[in-house]
Amino acid sequence: MSDNVILQVEHLSKDFGSNRVLKDIDFTVSQGEVISIIGASGSGKSTLLRCINLLETPTSGAIIYHGQNILDRSVKPPKYRSKVGMVFQSFNLFNNMNVLKNCIVGQTTVLGKNKEEAKENALKYLSNVGMDAYVKAKPKQLSGGQKQRVAIARALAMEPEMLLFDEPTSALDPETVGEVLSVMKTLAESGMTMIVVTHEMAFAKDVSTRVIYMSDGVICEEGTPEQIFGDPQKEETKSFLSRFRNTN
Amino acid sequence: MGSETTQFSDIITKLFSDIGKLWQDAAPQYLKGAGDTLLLAVIATAVGCLIGLFCGILQTLSYSKNDFWLKKAVINVVKAVVRIYVEVFRGTPMILQAVFIFFGLPYLTANALRFDVITAAYIVVSINTGAYMAETVRGGILSIDKGQTEGAMAIGMNHFQTMVKVILPQTLRNIIPQIGNNLIINIKDTSVMFIIGYAELFAAHKSYVGATYLYFPSAVVTMIMYLIMTTVCSLLLRLWEHLMDGPENFNLATTDSLALTSGMNNFPTGRKKRWAR
Repeated sequence: MSDNVILQVEHLSKDFGSNRVLKDIDFTVSQGEVISIIGASGSGKSTLLRCINLLETPTSGAIIYHGQNILDRSVKPPKYRSKVGMVFQSFNLFNNMNVLKNCIVGQTTVLGKNKEEAKENALKYLSNVGMDAYVKAKPKQLSGGQKQRVAIARALAMEPEMLLFDEPTSALDPETVGEVLSVMKTLAESGMTMIVVTHEMAFAKDVSTRVIYMSDGVICEEGTPEQIFGDPQKEETKSFLSRFRNTN
Repeated sequence: MGSETTQFSDIITKLFSDIGKLWQDAAPQYLKGAGDTLLLAVIATAVGCLIGLFCGILQTLSYSKNDFWLKKAVINVVKAVVRIYVEVFRGTPMILQAVFIFFGLPYLTANALRFDVITAAYIVVSINTGAYMAETVRGGILSIDKGQTEGAMAIGMNHFQTMVKVILPQTLRNIIPQIGNNLIINIKDTSVMFIIGYAELFAAHKSYVGATYLYFPSAVVTMIMYLIMTTVCSLLLRLWEHLMDGPENFNLATTDSLALTSGMNNFPTGRKKRWAR
């Protein structure tokens, strides 16, 4: 194993009742990788991402973060989550706070930073995503794309080691998808480690360093974007991708 | 027809003169009674809200399958205790709860534990309100979108931080109408505290009519005073709701460089000023 491995997922399975949605998943994330997870709805992509952030408790298997299994009882989930940011499909901005407060509250309550430092930090990341003009706005006053950019700034303000994106553009209008993807592209180019569950094939193809195709709760095929999009080996991958070619 | 009208106007004139006499005799007693009613209702509602918030948080505690067995056991016991508290105090008349606390505690403890009238009244109304508020708060917490909790957890907040910073402020905004209900119910229902001799507005009425037999004139005065108190409180609560909603518009600090929709200065939220209606 190389030194810059951040996360190893080993034999991960997840059952909802008698329904096994993840079956024996194995994969490794190294520093600076941008991994796109693609696949049909119901293939377990989002569940996998939610397991990585412990929003779902895996049924069996291990998630090794810097050599420590975070499913151990001794590991406190909040501490781990503060290092692994998450961006949701439905934004999940705090409705009772304005944009600036959304980006400050985690730093002051979880990381124990003082208000001034947290504010400076929040403004830096808000300006990175082009939302520093909206500091006084409440979430309900923003468009979907603007909300998602604030959500990205909120996650970045925690200065995480890795960011998880759960279909970040699926709930957006077509015209605002672009502004979020451009922020994510800049982020990827800056060297941030990212795992992105997405239906945006162009993003998976052009921005990511590795693509994982999931089907029926298993990793069906993985490889570089060139391998997956240029020369897929499995029949399932071919038929999944051909549907996208036809529509685009 | 003509004689009837004369008779009725005579009655009204008599009513006003009785009320005038009553007010001259006993205005300080009525006003003091109203003040004590209001004080008891406001303080007990506030304390009841705190009890309700606390119980509401306890009722939403959860554990996962992997947690230590002792943690699971403690959470289950705490939840059961809260449920029993809610069922008992919501399910029995406040007038009897007052008797239990004021007369029952000294009886059972051979006078070791006894409260004076005022303390007992405050305790009874507070814990009674707390039982109702516990359910209100639980409902309020359940009504907040699950995404808010997940958003807070994803940046590393624990259950307590999530509740205090994210969920309860939103819950509080949503349950203000119900807090208002409780305050108004308390203003009226504190009248049952006459059973232990707490001197509030209804007690002032009772003591005055006992001496003068002016039942109806006194009832009119008492009724009007209750109505004034409840109306003022309900207006103040509307104002509080309005203040919590904050301004409807915001100002841009500069311009947005990425969004296609530029030039939005005052972005309306669609929420009308209900308070001002």
